[in-house]
Amino acid sequence: MTSIKIPTPLRAYTGGQAEITVSGDTVAAVLEDLTGQFPELRSHLFNDGQLRDFVNIFIGDEDIRFRQGLETGVHSDDRLRIIPSIAGGLVVFVS
Amino acid sequence: MRLVIAEKLYQDILRHLIATFPNEGGGFLIGTLAADQRTVTEVHPVENVFEAEEQFHRFLAEDGAFQRFEDDADARGLVLLGYYHSHPDAPAIPSEFDRVHAWPHFAYVIVSVRSAEAVEMRVWQLQDDRSGFDEGELAIQPT
Repeated sequence: MTSIKIPTPLRAYTGGQAEITVSGDTVAAVLEDLTGQFPELRSHLFNDGQLRDFVNIFIGDEDIRFRQGLETGVHSDDRLRIIPSIAGGLVVFVS
Repeated sequence: MRLVIAEKLYQDILRHLIATFPNEGGGFLIGTLAADQRTVTEVHPVENVFEAEEQFHRFLAEDGAFQRFEDDADARGLVLLGYYHSHPDAPAIPSEFDRVHAWPHFAYVIVSVRSAEAVEMRVWQLQDDRSGFDEGELAIQPT
């Protein structure tokens, strides 16, 4: 078992919990376990089964995109974290 | 969603975004959360690290800023409430780029800055199904 830190804007879907205990030996398996426990997280983390571009998963201080992505191995003492890219800008207005 | 901000912090945001004009600027909002009311107690400008030639219509917070401010807020029993950014020479309403990059339950403060003058501040929240934004109430308190 390991833990994953949930970003503040998604804690509404984890009952306010910031740290969740999860299982899995890859990042993909950990996220599958996490979204199994809290299904409302799925649409904010994935789009058509792919991790959204602005969703970053870190193991310690390392971004998994610079390792093996979702297939990166996870060990029981690892601490994972979901970190959103914070971006904004102009293009087409939707409201 | 109701966002309460003291006049001084409101002015701090405007000053920051006027200074970054004609480029976009932004920063984080830390404070307290009670029911549907968020009260901003701190404003933290951050660097826009989008490619320089695109900053007139793009904002991207510097690497590590989210973690730093979230950890700091968590450690002090406060809440990372959301963030603010500017729309230079454009309305203070969310763009499609904003929607795609937005997170639910976060306060999105957008400031319209025209000809280096801040003309309007509005606050928005992404809908749960990510299809659009709901506008919140912005309450500026005299200090």
